[in-house]
Amino acid sequence: MTATNKKIEVRNLFKSYQERRTRKRSPRDCPHQHECLVLKNINFSVAPEKFTCFIGPSGCGKSTLLRIIAGFEKPVAGKVLIDGKKVKGPSSKHIFVFQEDGLFPWMTASQNIALGAGKTSGPEERRKQVEEYLDLVGLKGFEKHYPHELSGGMRRRAEVARALITNPDILFMDEPFAALDYLTRLQMREEMLNVHAMFKSTILFITHDIDEALQLADQLIILSDRPGKIKADISLPYPHPRDLGTGELSRLRKEIYFLMGLHPAL
Amino acid sequence: MRVYRYSKYLYPTLTFLVLTVAWALLVRLLHVSPYKMPGPLAVTRGLWHLALSGRLFDYTIASLYRVTWGYYMAVACAIPAGLVLGRWGTGRALFNPLIQFLRPISPLAWIPLAMMWFGVGDQPAIFLIFLSSFFPMVVFTMSGVAGIKSTYLRVAENFGIRGTAFYLKVLLPGAFPDILVGLRITLGTAWLVIVAAEMIAVKSGLGYLILDARNSLNMDQVIGGMIIIGITGLCLDRAICMLENLDSTRWLKIYR
Ligand SMILES: Nc1ncnc2c1ncn2[C@@H]1O[C@H](COP(=O)(O)OP(=O)(O)OP(=O)(O)O)[C@@H](O)[C@H]1O
Ligand SMILES: [Mg+2]
Repeated sequence: MTATNKKIEVRNLFKSYQERRTRKRSPRDCPHQHECLVLKNINFSVAPEKFTCFIGPSGCGKSTLLRIIAGFEKPVAGKVLIDGKKVKGPSSKHIFVFQEDGLFPWMTASQNIALGAGKTSGPEERRKQVEEYLDLVGLKGFEKHYPHELSGGMRRRAEVARALITNPDILFMDEPFAALDYLTRLQMREEMLNVHAMFKSTILFITHDIDEALQLADQLIILSDRPGKIKADISLPYPHPRDLGTGELSRLRKEIYFLMGLHPAL
Repeated sequence: MRVYRYSKYLYPTLTFLVLTVAWALLVRLLHVSPYKMPGPLAVTRGLWHLALSGRLFDYTIASLYRVTWGYYMAVACAIPAGLVLGRWGTGRALFNPLIQFLRPISPLAWIPLAMMWFGVGDQPAIFLIFLSSFFPMVVFTMSGVAGIKSTYLRVAENFGIRGTAFYLKVLLPGAFPDILVGLRITLGTAWLVIVAAEMIAVKSGLGYLILDARNSLNMDQVIGGMIIIGITGLCLDRAICMLENLDSTRWLKIYR
């Protein structure tokens, strides 16, 4: 791969957190035990405009990895390059949709979405833009609603709209649909594919759902249990729509289940 | 809906009514001396006299005037200070010990100093109210900022919300639930303090009214004054509560 082919590059990345202790120990006895290793030697790269999914057991450090790539946290070793430049901090070109609800509860849907709207354009233009994005995610008529007055799925949509309106270069999504019911999740999946086709952002997407990953991803990264290491880095060059029940994808699906220590047929 | 209405207006009225009747009966049946406890009728008469002379109105306004000035000045200084200190670790390390040291000193202990500095009149009273409101309000605002979910701060950072916009659109609303509690508690304290301060530092206001009535052994006016203080305090509290029920603050529901 040439350098221009890499949107994001993660090299020899390590991350550990200080372990909280109720009882203070003398600094002499094993200082290394105070550290809890979360990510161990992560290496991968992502091509521009690709949809990359991350799966792995709970607590293996997926969210931590994405937070580091987005610049919210610093690794203890290794580095992250975006467009060949080292990441220094968060950027409004790299929008993160957090695992927890990230809409400001004190702003209405349209005020929240307007946060991402073009800062240079005039108020009238911005209003139009917000309206357009509300419409895009099917929230027309709910612009004056506060987040607590929206359903879980609508909140997620509003958050996606707030991210998309910035026309992000990279979109980070941390289990954005995990809290939704199965049907809504399927629907959101489809919308994500449309969004990706339309916006051409590079998307990094965490999920617990193997099928979701197989349907969405151009590249699939599987992390091992903590400390998270890359267990597999799979390319999925299959066209959409994808049928997981037959052919290559069905074989791959079985393989991934086994890789994660699960049985595909119960 | 009907039950709700009842519980909102009828029941409180009922409580007060029953208490008043019990009060009247007790005073009558036990033959309590009017110098120890006048009955409700005597108190109403006393209040009527005060109202007719115009003192009741003037004194209530005088007290409210001092509370309003002291309180608003304190809130206007404390909220920005609390927001800044909530975000600024060094500032917290510098000022927090000072705030925590000054906070437990009763504002009443400042009365001698306040009188030396400002003489007699509105100013020392306003100063005392300021003191009583400022420190708790700073602390409430700071803890409000500390309680903002880290996700919201990350979102703000992510969307490049900085400077004034960050303070007005993120920190202030984020800390608002705690600020509201602070506003309510502080106003209650301010109202407590003003009455006490007026007994010492000034010659007008509801606190002075009570002291003056006691000196002339008008116990009916003493109790009348207490009732007016209670009612005014209640109204002030209701006014603050209205902040929670505005259309633009209906999102506060999630914090209750
Ligand atoms: N701020 C922090 N301080 C200390 N430990 C942390 C912190 N954030 C995460 N950890 C630890 O790092 C590990 C990985 O956390 P992370 O949130 O990245 O997991 P995850 O893979 O996203 O899990 P899930 O799928 O459940 O969301 C966990 O064991 C967690 O306890
Ligand atoms: Mg996570």
